[in-house]
Amino acid sequence: MSELTLSKAIGAGLRRSLEENDHVLLMGEDIGALGGVFRVTDGLKNDFGPERVMDTPLAEAGIVGTAIGMAFRGYRPVVEIQFDGFIYPAFDQIVAQLAKLHARTGGKVRVPLTIRVPYGGGIGAVEHHSESPEAYFAHTAGLRVVTCSNPQDAYSMIRQAIDSDDPVIFFEPKRRYWVKGEVDLDAVPLPLGKARVALEGTDVTLVAYGPLVATALDAAAAAVDDGLSIEVIDLRSLSPIDFDTVEASVRKTGRLVITHEAAQSGGLGAEIAASITDRCFFSLEAAPARVTGFDIPYPPSRLEEHFLPDLDRILDAVDRVMGRENSLTPWGAS
Amino acid sequence: MRTSVSEPESPDLTDKSGVVDKSDLVTIPNEDLVQLLSPEGVRSDQPDYDSWIEDITSDRLVSLYEDMVIVRRIDVEATALQRQGELALWAPLLGQEAAQIGSARALRKDDFAFSSYRENAVAYCRGVKLVDLLRVWRGTANSGWNPYEIGMATPAVIIGAQTLHATGYAIACKKDGVDSVAIAYFGDGATSQGDPNEAMIFAASFNAPVIFFCQNNQWAISEPVGLQAVRSIADRAPGFGVPSMRVDGNDILAVTAATRIALDRARSGGGPTFIEAVTYRMGPHTTSDDPSRYEDRAEHEEWAMKDPILRVERYLETEGALTPEVRAAIAAKSDAVAAEFRSACVELENPEPLSVFDNIYAEPHTGLDRQKRDYAAYLSYIEGETR
Ligand SMILES: Cc1ncc(C[n+]2csc(CCOP(=O)(O)OP(=O)(O)O)c2C)c(N)n1
Repeated sequence: MSELTLSKAIGAGLRRSLEENDHVLLMGEDIGALGGVFRVTDGLKNDFGPERVMDTPLAEAGIVGTAIGMAFRGYRPVVEIQFDGFIYPAFDQIVAQLAKLHARTGGKVRVPLTIRVPYGGGIGAVEHHSESPEAYFAHTAGLRVVTCSNPQDAYSMIRQAIDSDDPVIFFEPKRRYWVKGEVDLDAVPLPLGKARVALEGTDVTLVAYGPLVATALDAAAAAVDDGLSIEVIDLRSLSPIDFDTVEASVRKTGRLVITHEAAQSGGLGAEIAASITDRCFFSLEAAPARVTGFDIPYPPSRLEEHFLPDLDRILDAVDRVMGRENSLTPWGAS
Repeated sequence: MRTSVSEPESPDLTDKSGVVDKSDLVTIPNEDLVQLLSPEGVRSDQPDYDSWIEDITSDRLVSLYEDMVIVRRIDVEATALQRQGELALWAPLLGQEAAQIGSARALRKDDFAFSSYRENAVAYCRGVKLVDLLRVWRGTANSGWNPYEIGMATPAVIIGAQTLHATGYAIACKKDGVDSVAIAYFGDGATSQGDPNEAMIFAASFNAPVIFFCQNNQWAISEPVGLQAVRSIADRAPGFGVPSMRVDGNDILAVTAATRIALDRARSGGGPTFIEAVTYRMGPHTTSDDPSRYEDRAEHEEWAMKDPILRVERYLETEGALTPEVRAAIAAKSDAVAAEFRSACVELENPEPLSVFDNIYAEPHTGLDRQKRDYAAYLSYIEGETR
């Protein structure tokens, strides 16, 4: 066991994978001498050399496209996209090539690529540095999409992502990079596609992932004062989604709130609300509620608190599903 | 002027590792670099270029010198403001003053610039209000100014995207039968992206009146230019059918001459030109960066000797044009600009919360209207609760 920040835990996972499998290699902008802008790959070029920790030309389509080519010859590239908003130049390579190659070739070509993406807001950054693009990728068949919320998962999940024979988009909650936690380097992890009950409760199921798991846990702690018991689920995997775990929780609580930073429309909250309504309609005491970013471009940083779901907005939605007074009561929503 | 590709000094890329490390890279020969004013401040004759800057007398050069001094002062002030927590971030252009001012001052009012985030000196020359330089970096807006007011689009943070916009703008100018020119500013790193390469193809195919102005400041964050290009960047353009020039980017006279040549070609129907201004990023990538992790100090010191301001100062001194009065006037003006810049910054207020919903669409959008209404209700509800 050692205490690590979330970013160092990912670095430790990368290091272990590099040690264990000489076909693992890292590619990205500024990941070498600089160690990445968040220092996740700090020291790795030094220890594994520039053949395995490759600073690449500044071109995301180029990085992902060439990584696919390397995967054709049996390599397992781990690509770093410097910030969420810079993944779009690679969108075509990811969606039209990476995601479809296995199916296109009748399973003959495996593309075990991992694409690491620091994502989400809350760090006071300029435009394109705070986005949550997970829904695009969760919507794309052929990609696995995961995100971690704590150092232990960060360590285990990056290793599982690299081991997976499918392409994995690995979203890293950048505002939680500096969160510390105990990491057991030899822990037997949950399967990559499984959700985790982060806190047990009986009144409301609160589903969160990535950066908002900590916010959800804070909300649950605050709700205790109001006499409410919230069960927090850390989704971890966004494709596939572990609906069994969510369903079991909702059958118990009868109420569902989903929160994510990404915009609401066409987002994962909609998918979860629809699927859970489908699976356990008669257990639901209220319509599922979503607390999400708005359907707007990420605002300038001085206004990001008016975009990001926070404890108060989550508890307002909890009040709504509980039939208590809430911000929408005057319109008769309760 | 390059119209065809010369034989490369070919680097040994029959490589052991598949990785280009800086130590493996060829040094790009410098003899074809256009330079009219040496680092020592000595003016050399270059008939092909001299005729383009005949009007730049000592007086005119003093004014360009003043621009450079002021812009450097703005950079220093902005960095201080960031350190004091008044700005979230700043991307200094320290060392690139001549490249930006030499090119931007050559433009006409009806020309249009498309830049990235580091071109604060270009914006300054286009007449931006100081406060408008600050909004993005203070985090109060996603862009600073009205592009149509100063003939300059707001900066693209997505590397290289603006090169296509400049090309499209130029194609439209041509369609409209006007002789305005579009200029795209971008870095050496940007030349690796697809967009600038596609932009050159479009510009050549449509004979667009556009200038591709690449500031090769040797770095893309921590990556040396050798990772983006194993030959000079200017060598690439002729392959696309775009003639190119490689100039000393720290020499404001060379930059001015090259830009004027390109402008003249564009206005007279000759199509696009690529200019590589060879310079150096003397500051960090941004205020968040730590160059000590990757930069070679000796190289940095070498470039410090080639400072763009110092050489003009030396030249003007030998010409007797930098009198104590002129120096005092410039110092006073840059003090005033710095003071105005600082107060504009600290006085910049946060926008209204509900403004996050503004201007997303040009026409009403029912889904968004509902979110705005609900959030307004939420804000007043929360306010009521805490009252
Ligand atoms: C598409 C995209 N990828 C990555 C980045 C992150 N990034 C910001 S600046 C930069 C380096 C740019 O270098 P260069 O084009 O040489 O311009 P300079 O910063 O030196 O002026 C990088 C990689 C980005 N902004 N956009």
